[in-house]
Amino acid sequence: MSMTSIPIESAALLDLRADMSFPARQRLAISDVTTGGRLWRLAWTLGWLDIKLRYRGSMLGPFWLTLSTGIMVGALGLLYASLFHMDLHDYLPFLSLSMVLWGFLSAMVSEACITFTEAEAVIRSVRMPFFLFSARVVIRNLLVLAHNIVVIVVVFVVFAVAPGWGAFLAIPGLALWLVDSLALSLLLGSFCARFRDIQPIVNSLMQIAFFMTPVIWKPEQAGRHFFLLQPNPFFDLLEVVRAPLLGTPIGGITWLGAGCYSLALWGVAWLLFVRARGRVSFWL
Amino acid sequence: MTSFPGKPGISIEGVSVSFPLYHGNARSLKKMVVAAASGRLGQDRNQRVVVEALRNISFSLHGGDRLGLIGSNGAGKTTLLRTLAGIYEPVTGHVRVEGSVNALLDPGLGMNVELTGRENIMLRGLYNGMPREAIAQLEDDVTSFAGLSDFIDLPVRIYSSGMVVRLGFALATAIRPQILLMDEWILAGDAAFLDRARHRLEAMVRGADILVLSSHDQAIVRTWCNRVLWLEQGRIRADGPPDEVLEQYLGHPLTPLPAEAEPMAVG
Repeated sequence: MSMTSIPIESAALLDLRADMSFPARQRLAISDVTTGGRLWRLAWTLGWLDIKLRYRGSMLGPFWLTLSTGIMVGALGLLYASLFHMDLHDYLPFLSLSMVLWGFLSAMVSEACITFTEAEAVIRSVRMPFFLFSARVVIRNLLVLAHNIVVIVVVFVVFAVAPGWGAFLAIPGLALWLVDSLALSLLLGSFCARFRDIQPIVNSLMQIAFFMTPVIWKPEQAGRHFFLLQPNPFFDLLEVVRAPLLGTPIGGITWLGAGCYSLALWGVAWLLFVRARGRVSFWL
Repeated sequence: MTSFPGKPGISIEGVSVSFPLYHGNARSLKKMVVAAASGRLGQDRNQRVVVEALRNISFSLHGGDRLGLIGSNGAGKTTLLRTLAGIYEPVTGHVRVEGSVNALLDPGLGMNVELTGRENIMLRGLYNGMPREAIAQLEDDVTSFAGLSDFIDLPVRIYSSGMVVRLGFALATAIRPQILLMDEWILAGDAAFLDRARHRLEAMVRGADILVLSSHDQAIVRTWCNRVLWLEQGRIRADGPPDEVLEQYLGHPLTPLPAEAEPMAVG
């Protein structure tokens, strides 16, 4: 029998010491992120297969996401427009956008918790950069977002809402979301691998955040309690993407807030990841 | 250890690996009981209870070395393989591994039974950093060896158990590393298939510059290895030529190997 096996990349070096200094640990963390980034094709495939598996064998496939979001937006829109006495033409485009964007944020936070625990089998059988699994979770949630965008487009077309050129200002906001999502999955992924009670806590906090953040209600409805929104990181982060798409102006303070929260998130995530990276496989 | 760039080599100095017991559930409790029974519970700096899986292990391997790991269950063989693969980072000591590594630690090895055979093959290729063309080649190779022609686009979940074993084996042996780390599962399997698989496995082992094999089977260790490490409770109990260490381990002189199992050529 002929042997047609395939040689694998030969330039590999593994050099691990115990009790490393912070710079040494940081070098390993940086190389984790860069080698993980080079495996983007694998991260993409894993994220895509996750979505495919969830809906394999169903008729609509991933478009079940679109349909269920559409139904939810329609039902909530009718209910709240009458409860809050609001014009459906005005409220529904706002709600569709808010719900889809919030759906991404809350799923991202919740799934960030299982970034490493869901990959346990792989982590325990081969050395892989941990950043790969972060990228996979982010890609998976971006794919869900892409399917839900259809709902926004349909609502905007039906109500003849044109966001205008200002909509392009949402792009830097989305870029910020992307890097924040990666940080979040490194942070919560490591933390939840070590402390298994964190995920339920995070989920219930997100439930509260949903009501405290102007998702189904508009920021201006807060009236004289508007100051309560300022310390809510979700408010600033949601606004930097949502406001440009709705054509409403946002102040520099919102951008400043979003930027500061992101910097803080990356700072904490990086410090934790540098410390935890070498230990995650022991915690699984 | 003197190391030459590009030459595969392994150097392990004073390596200890211990598992903290965090999760206060039945699983941990079970581990604790097992560990207590084997006298390996300790405490780390933070007064946490830890299981000391490897204690002060040192050795080095160069091209041509075929190391067999022997010892009872829980002696640290699999932990040592995982440490060499870089999955566990040492608590003390220094691990240095130069060369491409393939670790065949468990038969599943990232195989997802909900995915089709083709998707599993593609994933394995991507995990090994293969370019597109190499993955196509991998797919042909694995499909023909495992005899999956009609099933390749169906989920692994519906395969017969024999097909799953063949697919897992074909995937494991399709990648040719410089350093091969192998747990003994790969040698298990039904006899007829093993016969057919033997050439393939031997070709892979011969192709590797360094082999580290963990096994309970003294015949396999004597056939394939030129050095044996006996692990006991995470420590090296003995290290030397296979026959010498095996005689100590078994406590009686070895019987000659059966004629057909010729010692394997090195290199």
